[in-house]
Amino acid sequence: MNAVSTIIGKEIRDGLRNRWVLATSLLLAALALALGVLGSAPTGAVKVDPLTVTVVSLSSLSIFLVPLIAMLLAYDAIVGEVDRGTMALLLSYPVSRGQVIMGKFIGHLAILAIATGAGYGSAGLALQWVYGGMDAGAWRPFAMLIGASVLLGASFLAMGYLISTLVRERATAAGIALGVWLFFVVIYDMGLLGVLAADQGRHVTPGILNALLLANPSDVYRLLNLTGFENISLYAGMAGVSDQARLPVPMLVAAQLLWIAVPFGLAAFCFRRKQL
Amino acid sequence: MSHALVTLSGVSKHYGAHRAVSVLDLDLREGECVALAGHNGAGKSTLIKLILGLIRPTHGRVMLFGHDAHSPAAARQRARIGYLPETVALHPAMTGAETLAFYARLKRQPLSRNAGLLEKVGISSAAHRRVGGYSKGMRQRLALAQALLGEPRILLFDEPTTGLDPASRLTFYEIVHELRASGATILLSTHALSELAGHADRIVVMKAGLKIADGAMSALRRDTGLPIRISVSLCQPGAAAPSPAWRPVEPGRYELLCHEADKVDAIRSIGAIASPIRDLDIQVPGLDDIYAHLLEREDA
Repeated sequence: MNAVSTIIGKEIRDGLRNRWVLATSLLLAALALALGVLGSAPTGAVKVDPLTVTVVSLSSLSIFLVPLIAMLLAYDAIVGEVDRGTMALLLSYPVSRGQVIMGKFIGHLAILAIATGAGYGSAGLALQWVYGGMDAGAWRPFAMLIGASVLLGASFLAMGYLISTLVRERATAAGIALGVWLFFVVIYDMGLLGVLAADQGRHVTPGILNALLLANPSDVYRLLNLTGFENISLYAGMAGVSDQARLPVPMLVAAQLLWIAVPFGLAAFCFRRKQL
Repeated sequence: MSHALVTLSGVSKHYGAHRAVSVLDLDLREGECVALAGHNGAGKSTLIKLILGLIRPTHGRVMLFGHDAHSPAAARQRARIGYLPETVALHPAMTGAETLAFYARLKRQPLSRNAGLLEKVGISSAAHRRVGGYSKGMRQRLALAQALLGEPRILLFDEPTTGLDPASRLTFYEIVHELRASGATILLSTHALSELAGHADRIVVMKAGLKIADGAMSALRRDTGLPIRISVSLCQPGAAAPSPAWRPVEPGRYELLCHEADKVDAIRSIGAIASPIRDLDIQVPGLDDIYAHLLEREDA
């Protein structure tokens, strides 16, 4: 077995064993179920598929939760192992630093994917079972929600790894990770909204707005979920937006992949030069 | 002694203004067992990390199996190194057997020998318990087992016996003895030098990043010039000393401080004493005395 897969296996086993995956899956499933059940009340009369409504409300929630989970996983990944001394031992083995950071990242990503898939997936199945006879087509946006959530998580995971590689103290890493999370998830959009309101469409053209949205992984995620499907954008109140600022799905996916590759590439580069 | 497996030439490592290691030259030759002594912060761990390529030297070169220690070529050679870190850090959620299996895979070693290794270090009964519940001694034993994976040719032990009970120490030195017999090269850092008597071929003493002594134990003893203390107690309190060099300590008891070279003559002179001898005591300076003396000499 190659070194990367050995490290991936170890990370996944750690995640399963310390109940990380279990706790996260349960949390996500509970939230998805709650939103699905609550969301079905107002839609009962118009016979809207509860899964579709759940996608809308879940994506708004995932935008906060998934990056936070990813940051919690990532901030400790490098600095924590260096601090505890396990990194020095690991690097005394015939493995390259690239293999170490790659293995850990993929392992953490797998944990995140398992938790998101299991959490949201089980909630989706439960909703389908309770409300029965639903539109099978509603599963596509739901599956896309899961996929997009994993991508969103991966981008924050990559940023968390970069932070974890650059700092010397775990507490510093935690603080910066929280700050970055707050910036991208809350502050960025508020600032953007403020600018748009003040500008009244004089300077900020749809093109600039698109660029600004692509510059934040959580906005890319929002666009992916809320404008990707006709139905969803209708319920999300994004139908108007998607007419004006239409970004094709492949472009959104590409932007999100860049948000994963660039921070991770930087993290790997810095890790290779890091002094232990 | 054959060729050097590890060579440090003119190596310095600075952390900002702090000089962890200054202009150090050191060879580890094949089959040698070298003890690295020094206080905390003397640069012992830094030296080991330099050999492992975990940190880059500020100046100088570290060569491992003929490659620069930081190069990918040396990284591939690390399968032939065993390292026991100063603070044993293992993953608490894994069991002992899993831990060893994880490291064996990284070293590309068959897992079939793991059970034997756990047996050898004496924790096979705890192999399927989580490392988080291990005592310090057990963790240290497990860490030793991972260092022994794949029969390494170089072993780097960073303060291996600190905090171990005497039984564990004994096991450890038995294993060191076996390793020496099999021709492995060992670098052992410690501040309990006296334990090492009879185990180390050579002793390197470091202080504040500088190498202040390097040589075989007998050479160091000669070098430091620490006296041997011989004391005789005589049966008759009034009896005279064999020669004026003997200093009376109390009635009937004399003491002589002499150098290594004069030792035999001094002992022979005891034969000239007319009175029957009740007791005879010869104190040879131990490793700890030599070590303390070396460190003091640097201070002066």
